[in-house]
Amino acid sequence: MSDTHAQTAPYVRESMIAQQPPPLKEAGAVKWVRENLFPTWLNGLMTLIAIYVVWVVLSHLVPWFVSPTWTATSLSNCREILAASGDAASKACWGVIRDRWEQLLFGFYPSEFYWRPTLALVVMLLGLGPVLFGNFPRWFMGFSLASPFLIFFLIWGGPIWLPIAVALGFVLGVFAFRALVGVNQIVGVIAAILVPVLYWLFVMGPLVDTLASIAPIGLESVRSNQLGGFLLSVVIGVSAIVLSLPLGIILALGRASDLFIVTKLSVGFIEIIRGVPLIVWLFTASLLLNYFLPPGTNFDLTLRVIIMVTLFSAAYIAEVVRGGLAAVPKGQYEGADSLGLSYWQSMQLIVLPQALKISIPGIVNTFIGLFKDTTLVLFIGLLDPLGLTNAIRASTDWNGVYWELFVFIGVLFFIACFSMGRYSLHLEKKLQRENR
Amino acid sequence: MSEAVQDRQINRSAMQVSDEVAIDINNMNKWYGTFHVLRDINLTVNRGERIVICGPSGSGKSTLIRCINRLEEHQSGQIIVDGTELSSDLKNIDKIRSEVGMCFQHFNLFPHLTILENCTLAPIWVRKTPKKEAEATAMHFLEKVKIPDQANKYPGQLSGGQQQRVAIARSLCMKPRIMLFDEPTSALDPEMIKEVLDTMIELAEEGMTMLCVTHEMGFAQAVANRVIFMDQGQIVEQNEPHAFFNNPQSDRTKLFLSQILGH
Repeated sequence: MSDTHAQTAPYVRESMIAQQPPPLKEAGAVKWVRENLFPTWLNGLMTLIAIYVVWVVLSHLVPWFVSPTWTATSLSNCREILAASGDAASKACWGVIRDRWEQLLFGFYPSEFYWRPTLALVVMLLGLGPVLFGNFPRWFMGFSLASPFLIFFLIWGGPIWLPIAVALGFVLGVFAFRALVGVNQIVGVIAAILVPVLYWLFVMGPLVDTLASIAPIGLESVRSNQLGGFLLSVVIGVSAIVLSLPLGIILALGRASDLFIVTKLSVGFIEIIRGVPLIVWLFTASLLLNYFLPPGTNFDLTLRVIIMVTLFSAAYIAEVVRGGLAAVPKGQYEGADSLGLSYWQSMQLIVLPQALKISIPGIVNTFIGLFKDTTLVLFIGLLDPLGLTNAIRASTDWNGVYWELFVFIGVLFFIACFSMGRYSLHLEKKLQRENR
Repeated sequence: MSEAVQDRQINRSAMQVSDEVAIDINNMNKWYGTFHVLRDINLTVNRGERIVICGPSGSGKSTLIRCINRLEEHQSGQIIVDGTELSSDLKNIDKIRSEVGMCFQHFNLFPHLTILENCTLAPIWVRKTPKKEAEATAMHFLEKVKIPDQANKYPGQLSGGQQQRVAIARSLCMKPRIMLFDEPTSALDPEMIKEVLDTMIELAEEGMTMLCVTHEMGFAQAVANRVIFMDQGQIVEQNEPHAFFNNPQSDRTKLFLSQILGH
């Protein structure tokens, strides 16, 4: 202790102390092990027990996975290979994956056209690029907007004029909005919805037929019930994710709105959708929805499922976003108001960017749940990967194979969901502003 | 009394009050639920006037200036800003808000945007100014509040005083004709109060019409041409600063002044 103690005597500091590095402690692996694994004898004991448990689990699992059955052509062939290698223990039969992996990925999609969904996947990843990472050239955004139509065309085929004509409807909507928004904002919004809907209902069909008869360009048509496997999961999952985010945000804004009717409608929608199990909604989609549609319209089952799953996840997203909206301080709304920003401007520029940033973990969590829930379509007769395992077992070659298929499907889903989780962390880090 | 503004020479050459009316409030009343917050407020502010509003907490002074740009809605009476009456017409409200700048106690900067983006946002989206031009204007005002070098940082990286000066610059970028200040220095350390008050004094020297809710009596004496004292939702006393501080009339004012100037 120094002679001049600040607390016991009048004291004036003569020079300020500069910043100094912290004392050098022992570093390296030995220190890490001691601090993290064996700080006390009790913790050391726990570490040893934990290592033992991990070893027991792995020593039982790994031999099952390491199995020389990749070339097997049937389950009995598997058993012969294992018996020949002198291995009596039960082991995986990986031949089924080699034999049927294309079916697990594409369902009953015609095998000569496998390049089409594969190319569609590439288009999807490229199209999502600028949306997810945002540092792409500007023209690339145009590609992103066009990619859903391109993907539709690649997967379902048919005349190329159909996706172009559908896309034209959106363009018409934008033009209608631009033309009439000057008159009145609400008139603009109504026109932006009404013009494309009328166009799709009455103009598009004849237009596509005419164009197809003039210039029959297109790919061979593939019916929805030929889609299956992981392809079906990705089609339903990604469409529902892309569509439910904007819908959920609108519902959340509706619920937070000052307008009585809008609030009650949003609350009613959210509570009804959330309060009923997804499987019930899927049965509704497959059985009941046709009763409500005008007679003669044969709505594609996959499309109906996509709509249902979208509505279901939108209700959840709405609640997650509502939490984010509530967390944005009132001062932000006032700051935006005091500058003269309109409601939509202040939502778009000030409130939603902050609310969505707060909601990222919840939103991605909902999306991961949604993606895994796409396997429920099995119950309404769509052949998702789990449904296909039944189909594969139905063949005499592979009757009795369970775990190998489930492990393969599990790994596929894990890769997709883990990527979403990692992306969410990346986004949170990127948007971290306050303490940078 | 605050020492923040004592050692400063005020340039009064441009501090002219014109006859033109900037804000006219007639018989205005406001309730929060059943609580009568503002009672029969009558106030006329001429262009170029610098008014300081003070009073105990809960006296309705913040609510009063927040009514002027419709952050709070009044229930009866009339508020006319720049010749436009505040009604529930959204077009009028947005027009008035873009003409009236406001600075808050807690700054309310947008944390997800850089300082420069904070300043250019409203000009670009509300006034439809081209981006380049809006950025030039923003840099001009950031230089005026003496923080042009922080333009590309985020609000969270700045000190409180710097943030409040950015908030002032952000309002000025909309070229407002009236500035409202709602306790702009109450959340700041003493060292930072001075830098914000300096900025406000410069603004006063340029002839800006200002309404400030503040307890900085030094500021009031230096630049205000009227001090308003409010209590229980009413204007209790108003006078020019010299007379207000040296010869208060009402007992309530005397008590208030003795409490805030007494030590």
